Amino acid sequence: MTDFSAHAPTVPAAPRPPAALAIRGLAKAFGSKVAVNGINLDVPAGSFYGLVGPNGAGKTTSLSMATGLLRPDAGQVWVHGVDVWAHQLEAKRLTGLLPDGVRLFDRLSGEQLVTYAGLLRGMDRDTVAHRVHDLLAALDLAQDAGTLVVDYSAGMTKKIALAAALIHAPRLLVLDEPFESVDPVSAANIRDILHDYVASGGTVIVSSHVMDLVQRMCDHVAVIAAGTVLAAGTVDQVRGELSLEDRFVELVGGRNQTAGLQWLRTSLG
Amino acid sequence: MVAHLLRLKIALLRNSLRRSTMQSVGLAIGALYGLGILGTALAGLAVLGTQDPEVVGMVLVLAGSALFLGWLIVPVVASGLDMTLDPARFSTYSIPMRQLLAGLALSGFIGIPGAITLLASMGTAAAWWQHPGAAAVALFCGAVAALTCVVASRAITAASASLASSRKFKDLSGVVLLVPLVLLGPITTSLTAGVQGVRDYLPDLAHTLSWTPLGAIWAVPSAVAAGQWAAAGGKLAIALAALAVLTWIWKACLAKALVTPPHAGNLRRSAGNLGFFRLFPASPAGAVAARSLTYWFRDPRYSAGLIIAPLLPLVFAFASSQAAGGGSTGVVLGLGGALAAFLVVWSISSDISYDNTAFALHLGAGVPGAADRTGRAAAAGILALALGILYALAGAVVSGSWALLPATLGLTIGAVGSGLGLASVFSARFTMNAPLPGDSPLKSKPGNNFSAMVVQFSGFAGVGVLVVPELVLATIALAGNRPALGWISLATGAVLGAVFLAAGLRIGARLYDRRAPELLLAVSADR
Repeated sequence: MTDFSAHAPTVPAAPRPPAALAIRGLAKAFGSKVAVNGINLDVPAGSFYGLVGPNGAGKTTSLSMATGLLRPDAGQVWVHGVDVWAHQLEAKRLTGLLPDGVRLFDRLSGEQLVTYAGLLRGMDRDTVAHRVHDLLAALDLAQDAGTLVVDYSAGMTKKIALAAALIHAPRLLVLDEPFESVDPVSAANIRDILHDYVASGGTVIVSSHVMDLVQRMCDHVAVIAAGTVLAAGTVDQVRGELSLEDRFVELVGGRNQTAGLQWLRTSLG
Repeated sequence: MVAHLLRLKIALLRNSLRRSTMQSVGLAIGALYGLGILGTALAGLAVLGTQDPEVVGMVLVLAGSALFLGWLIVPVVASGLDMTLDPARFSTYSIPMRQLLAGLALSGFIGIPGAITLLASMGTAAAWWQHPGAAAVALFCGAVAALTCVVASRAITAASASLASSRKFKDLSGVVLLVPLVLLGPITTSLTAGVQGVRDYLPDLAHTLSWTPLGAIWAVPSAVAAGQWAAAGGKLAIALAALAVLTWIWKACLAKALVTPPHAGNLRRSAGNLGFFRLFPASPAGAVAARSLTYWFRDPRYSAGLIIAPLLPLVFAFASSQAAGGGSTGVVLGLGGALAAFLVVWSISSDISYDNTAFALHLGAGVPGAADRTGRAAAAGILALALGILYALAGAVVSGSWALLPATLGLTIGAVGSGLGLASVFSARFTMNAPLPGDSPLKSKPGNNFSAMVVQFSGFAGVGVLVVPELVLATIALAGNRPALGWISLATGAVLGAVFLAAGLRIGARLYDRRAPELLLAVSADR
């Protein structure tokens, strides 16, 4: 077990003015496997922040801890200056979350699910109905609003989960792999929605494997590998002269430089 | 390749045990139980061997046919009972069909039901210890019979797979097929009443069965013992032909399944139907109640309970009318209603396990513990009270006595209130390996039920203690025909039920607020 308490004295305080999301010394181990190894991260308010890293880097674990789903072993998280684990309800009111690899209440229809998410947040019925209507239209789900979510395709399921995350107009939106299995047209629509949201002062954090997407879409990026932040800042600071993908490979390593699978060549000669 | 499939099955079994000790304990208990059955069967067979060959042959044919029927019916009832080697998962590998069939068939023997069937079938040789020739034949025939059992159940599964891949069918069949299971008692009572009259008919039945695919293989040794070589050859031919036909059906269905991806027929439905969400107040608690109530009707894991519980009072009433005549039927209906109502409310004790990771929505939205507990309890409470009161009224009508209605009502209300209270605490404290969303209500992984059983049992015992006052009062009122005590029972049930409900909701809410992230982590382990 890593002794996380050793980090405690060196942990800097939360920044002033408060960032949309500030993480200090956040750590989590499952058994003997350290998933997140004391990371620090500042997501400025109004930024479109990309979180990239190889599989198993600790992205989902970090985001779960930052949104109050998973209790950290050590460290602190603030959303707009509110301590997430000390004032859970207050912090969750500010945050919208699209988790990855999590089921939905899929025996509800799409419309019922988004309505449910709104009512759970304590919103009144008319506001919920109005916003559900707008969200389903914007995400091109109006035609299937009455279909049970269990019968949705993978892409539609992502979109309805996104709608459920947006219903209470959060100030911070945390999206774990939002574009997985979403078709290109829907993905473009979602990107437009997110850009409008950022332009109006909201903050978005997306995790993704797709470097091109992050480079085009985000203004800030953090590279995480093996539970540690390798680089963080504006996209231009992080990538320098390289493309984000090349810089990512350079940081994370792991490319095979050998000639590869000789026998896989289907030479005609 | 066949060996690979067998190794895969063993590895899957071993890894599932490695994930939790409780699963190993459960499997060990299952294995002991199976060994017990096997031992009893073998001893019984050896004792049977002292009888005349005709009697031995008759018993074996009847028992063997029943075993065979069991293997045919169980996979239909419990769709996906054991899909660890689901053929659909092999569709991307180019495994030659012949080897895939052999591997899947043999892997059916790895696991308690398959292994016990194989050993018991070959153990029929023990019944022929007076006839060594027949015993040798029985060894071979037992192996063939066990193989036929496995192939038949696989063929049925594969044949129903295309049907079963439609969600509506899966939801419906899992629930509807439970009904005959619950009514098994009354059905068998009626059947045995009929059969006792025609006990003389059994030898004829066995004789007929022995010429059908169901019983042929079991009849071969007795034909050998009797020296009827032509009959023995004919029956063996029937059995082998049946095995061949079943294999062919299985192969055909499998070949079709491997190239047909599961398809969900989609009817597009636009917005406008909010269902229960319209009826409940627009608050977090109201939303949770509306969602839970929707699940009681739409999720087969809940609706199975909702269908079984109302049948129980009928079963009890039937049993009591058999045992004690019609006099007590009304009382039994009312008391059975109280039990049914309790069973409905108790199912929310594993509510969060049933949510599985969908629970993340509650956690992410910061639903207060009080709202979560109250909403879930309200949905189950509405259903349980309606059910209990309905049966209390039905009991009063049947017995023609309204004076004792308060006694039954008191017990029902007390059981619902106390049950909801304790279940609200339990579901915030314990999670268990419940069937996953979308699975059949009957599905269970090998041996995962032991810890669940311990929790369930302590919960039952706890509620039993909580309802002692109204139970005693109601019993004295009903047994001694003292309506005054019935009113006291009603008052006690209402007061204690309300108190325990309020206390349970409070404690549950506090536990929930403290442990919600841990609950999500616990249910995430099982997905």
